Amino acid sequence: MLAFTIRRLGQSAFVLVVMAFIVFVGVYAIGDPIELLVNPQADTAERIRATAALGLDKPFAEQFISFLGGAVRGDLGRSFVFNVPAIQLIFDRLPATLELAGAAMVIAVILGIPLGLIAGLKPDSFIGRAIMAGSILGFSLPTFWVGLVLIMVFSVHFGWLPPNGRGETTLLFGVPVSFLTIDGLKHLAMPAVNLAVFKLSLLVRLTRAGTRESLLQDYVKFARAKGLPARRVIGVHVLKNILIPIVTVIGLELGSVIAFAVVTESIFAWPGTGKLLIDSINQLDRPVVVAYLLVIVTIFIVINFVVDVLYSLLDPRVRLGQAAAAH
Amino acid sequence: MSFTRCSTRAFASARPLRRIDSVRIAADIPPAGSEPRVESPWRRFAAEFAESRMALAGLATLVVIVIAAIAAPIISPQNPYDLAQLDVLDSKLPPGERSSATDRTYWLGTDDQGRDMLSGIFYGLRISLAVGASSTVIALAIGLAMGLAAAYFGGWVDALIMRIADIQLSFPAILIALILLAVLGQGIDKIIAALVTVQWAYYARTVRSSALVERQKEYIEAAHMLGLSRARIVLRHLLPNCMPPLIVVATVQVAHAILLESTLSFLGLGLPITEPSLGLLIANGFQYLLSGKYWISFYPGLALLLSIMAINLVADQLRDVLNPRLSR
Repeated sequence: MLAFTIRRLGQSAFVLVVMAFIVFVGVYAIGDPIELLVNPQADTAERIRATAALGLDKPFAEQFISFLGGAVRGDLGRSFVFNVPAIQLIFDRLPATLELAGAAMVIAVILGIPLGLIAGLKPDSFIGRAIMAGSILGFSLPTFWVGLVLIMVFSVHFGWLPPNGRGETTLLFGVPVSFLTIDGLKHLAMPAVNLAVFKLSLLVRLTRAGTRESLLQDYVKFARAKGLPARRVIGVHVLKNILIPIVTVIGLELGSVIAFAVVTESIFAWPGTGKLLIDSINQLDRPVVVAYLLVIVTIFIVINFVVDVLYSLLDPRVRLGQAAAAH
Repeated sequence: MSFTRCSTRAFASARPLRRIDSVRIAADIPPAGSEPRVESPWRRFAAEFAESRMALAGLATLVVIVIAAIAAPIISPQNPYDLAQLDVLDSKLPPGERSSATDRTYWLGTDDQGRDMLSGIFYGLRISLAVGASSTVIALAIGLAMGLAAAYFGGWVDALIMRIADIQLSFPAILIALILLAVLGQGIDKIIAALVTVQWAYYARTVRSSALVERQKEYIEAAHMLGLSRARIVLRHLLPNCMPPLIVVATVQVAHAILLESTLSFLGLGLPITEPSLGLLIANGFQYLLSGKYWISFYPGLALLLSIMAINLVADQLRDVLNPRLSR
């Protein structure tokens, strides 16, 4: 187990360094931020001074090394636009993104698993077919368009929900959150539903497929033959066995929800990291783009690592298979 | 010898699918004693596909959409890119309104520049579908080559290719695409490059796993016995039999590619504004949404939804029909 964890940890660190390099090299190919930051009427001397102040006149290799050194100390440069440390900007906005992603995941799980279970138990009934048709629709709906339709219906037509912003926030353990006030919940509702639609469809399909498969297994037939009530067979024998892959997927999808929040945040002007990324790309604010990508990639690598280790704890075949492949 | 080889190659395009189906049917032959069925593989495939009405409806919708996209210049009431044809006085008219200057009716309304939305949607579909399909074809070719190479050479080639694919697939497509577009900038070639990068790994993985399974089968052994060249075995025997799962993945991926392109364009990172795809049309209408002018965003989104849904319905049924585990 320890060997597996260490090997997996080394792999994660390697991926992180590779991604840091790609992101840095890549982002430094984007336009010239001086064009944007310096007054167009500025003379050459002033431009040179601004370039030197931002460290943009140094050779590329030197810039990368000082970037790596800084990254290790948690310093990813200062935002060209806001003139504050980029990493601080990201961490200021991160709670909003995490709250949105968490809310979306909760909606997807509490609706997706029961619906998938129903569709799996009664695949040929009207309700089973309706749930599956709904999940195909959910897969096909463009996230950003659903957001627009939500605004169109609930903000413009009925005027029930606010179309943008985060609303009133309260501090929970020193972190501002929206979900504890009525106003905050009103602001959170549409973005969270918007972000949840795709994951909800995914969970419905996954639960349905798992249920259908496990219903054919001998242990379920045996449990039924023993005369156990249907509630117990489904609640214990079926659900317990399909939960392992579902929990894994939920873990992995949490990262993807954070990435997709870019779209939802842009539509609902939710003040999270995703909106910050799009704004920064448009303003050529390199340090913020780099900091965002590195933070998100790190979150991803950590999630993948934790899920892999948990999975190998739950299912010994995973780590044994890997060890066998390594020999 | 060289002559026969040329002539068989000329028919190569028609052959692979036929061979797949004959392999499937060989597996499906009923036990001795029951009546042998004489049925062409294509007809059998069509019959199985047509069992689902939803899938047929999806296919019909898809055909209509593709025809509309191809015939856009003929069926559009207006050329949406020709500024001379646009009338600013007609801007932001609701659906069904008549033009102030001509007697034209704007069935789906107009946008902020007086562009007919129906024409804009036809042309937008054209770009969205073209970008989706071309990126899928390129990614398919790259993934196919990579997957076959991994399965065929094994060893470090396999390890290297599959490691890269694994690492890439552990990140969501949109994140990879965002990184790439932040790096590359805007443009149709750049968005295709991003979509190809995002997709190739799916194909490589699918091809590799089915190639590894197929390689063990007797017909490959028989081909080796016949003394056929390795290239011929890989390309003419192994490859065609790896196609069914690949077709399914490719169908799903076209829908993904179209969706991803429109999302990126909506965020302003995809295609340039000069030739708007559906995503850009929707983004353009977004700013007028809060003032109740819903049609500028709503109808292009509906066209996008219908296209993706049609493709997904077809893909779902293809998966059921081509999946040997579910064959009836």
